[in-house]
Amino acid sequence: MNRTSLRRLAMAVSLTALLGGCGQPEFTDVEKRTIALMSLSALAPLPPDPTNRFADDPGAAALGATLFFDTGMSRDGNVACGTCHKIDRQFQDDLPRGIGVAETNRRTMPLAGVARDPFFFWDGRRDSLWSQALVPLENPLEHAGTRTSYAHYIKRRFGERYERIFRPLPDLTGLPANAGPFGAPSERAAWAAMTEKQRDGVDLVFADIGKAMAAFERSLVHMPTRFDRFADALARGTAPAGDAALSEEEEAGLRLFIGKASCSTCHTGPRFTDNHFHNTGVPPVVGLPVDRGRIAVVDEVRADPFNCLGKFRDGDEEACGELRFMQKSSPELIRAYKTPSLRGVAGRAPYMHAGQFATLEQVVDHYAKAAASIEGETEIHPLQLSDRERAALVAFLKTLSD
Amino acid sequence: MGSTGRMVVGAFGLVALAIGFLAVVFLTAPAAPGPDLARAKTSLKGLYSIAIAPESGEPKQGDLHSWVVTVTTRQGAPVDNASFTIGGGMPEHAHGLPTSPEATSYLGDGRYRIEGMKFSMTGWWQLKFGITAPAGADEATFNLVL
Ligand code: HEC
Ligand code: HEC
Ligand SMILES: [Cu+2]
Repeated sequence: MNRTSLRRLAMAVSLTALLGGCGQPEFTDVEKRTIALMSLSALAPLPPDPTNRFADDPGAAALGATLFFDTGMSRDGNVACGTCHKIDRQFQDDLPRGIGVAETNRRTMPLAGVARDPFFFWDGRRDSLWSQALVPLENPLEHAGTRTSYAHYIKRRFGERYERIFRPLPDLTGLPANAGPFGAPSERAAWAAMTEKQRDGVDLVFADIGKAMAAFERSLVHMPTRFDRFADALARGTAPAGDAALSEEEEAGLRLFIGKASCSTCHTGPRFTDNHFHNTGVPPVVGLPVDRGRIAVVDEVRADPFNCLGKFRDGDEEACGELRFMQKSSPELIRAYKTPSLRGVAGRAPYMHAGQFATLEQVVDHYAKAAASIEGETEIHPLQLSDRERAALVAFLKTLSD
Repeated sequence: MGSTGRMVVGAFGLVALAIGFLAVVFLTAPAAPGPDLARAKTSLKGLYSIAIAPESGEPKQGDLHSWVVTVTTRQGAPVDNASFTIGGGMPEHAHGLPTSPEATSYLGDGRYRIEGMKFSMTGWWQLKFGITAPAGADEATFNLVL
């Protein structure tokens, strides 16, 4: 064999090796683009909320913050929003199900970036941040209060502040201390006995409470983590180093997340959510009432008097597209729940809508197995994941916390 | 080196070259031919010509937005009494549209505004329009890649 053919052989072999992708794997250009779009720096500015004209009013936000942490806003004087949405715990409570006046049936949701969502709660049964806030106030398991009690309380404690921000308070003299559409039978009867004008006045104050709380919640944002520093360095074309570096295991997890494990089809973009609802086959908790997810609340959100098409909305109807064109009857809504953001996820076990899984390892195991849903069809397909790959996925998720 | 030896080495070289060549072809070939992305086509039974266009710029993932659908007869006359059913989804994910879009207004000249469209994921989407007008019922499917 002569020199030339030897050289040719060597060239062919090294070419094959090169093209076959041996050695330290690099992210492809497509992967790099996907990763850049997952960085917090790719997050668009928070859009305005034309349905709440106090959304960006600092006075309203300050009142909203006060009310959010005020246990006076409850029947027994012991529960505030902040009881379950703890300020130093990502605005959640580390419990499988939130506990107010009594235990609820769902996991308390963290609140960073929540103002960007079109629908609220695990099942999306409210269509604005301000109408969402009204639900726990009247839920007998949470704040358990009544509508007139909140109006009286606002007048007594914050009357002047309220009027400076919103409007003159309605005349509340002679109104029952406790009356509302969801209270005890006597409270409901008292509500029905009020004039329509009186009810409208109380409803307006009630909606304003929601709008103040929403103005406050708009200030809750995600903080950049090691993953973001890594993604930004990658996008700049510099080698991620120091507190921007990911270990080989974490990189492998990231590659799985956006590749073979297809987590990023739903957990997409800078917030790691598509803001939509999916059946992922998460099993129900034994002993809790039947929970059918999104399908069960389609009528509720459309009939809510505080929804975007109702009379308490500011601005015009143009802002109501999400409600008007929401998916109303598809079988895909059965046991469909909101895709949660995965930012900070390692620091807030347990997971899923009723705290079904205690650890991220259990979550990954659930996705690998892709068990059938108790009702409806899961969108998850079984995955062949080795122990190393599972550990890598978990390691990657942790980079969204530090 | 004996002639058998030379032949073995030569065979190795050829195989390596072939693998190298295949690798080049495989890695530089365009991805499998994608779906037909035409935004204007004849409906399935041939009753109408249908063209679709986003109302304001190419849609972005997650944004609620509108499309304008233009319906004409095969001869090019605008169809102005059409009603629509709108469906679709992601064939590769076996799910439907995340919203239920509707034709909300007639803009004249066979043009209709479709509101409430949303693509919640990146990837291949299909939009299926059922069209009913005096000439009869027909349908057309469009592909989009986000
Ligand atoms: C008893 C504990 C508890 C209290 C008190 C409470 N929440 Fe919640 N919060 C939850 C739980 C549990 C969920 C999910 C409930 C569901 O899906 O049905 C939730 C969901 C939310 C969401 C939806 C987040 C999302 O991503 O969709 C917001 C916003 C929120 N709460 C704000 C508030 C505000 C404002 C208050 C006070 C008026 C409040 N919460 C009081 C436990 C609580
Ligand atoms: C089809 C959409 C979809 C895909 C694909 C998907 N998820 Fe999820 N994810 C969801 C939904 C929806 C939930 C909430 C489900 C529930 O509570 O019933 C969720 C919940 C989670 C949670 C719990 C978060 C919390 O705060 O409770 C984690 C962690 C998670 N997913 C990680 C992953 C990983 C890792 C993958 C890839 C292996 C993945 N997801 C793929 C939609 C998806
Ligand atoms: Cu999809």
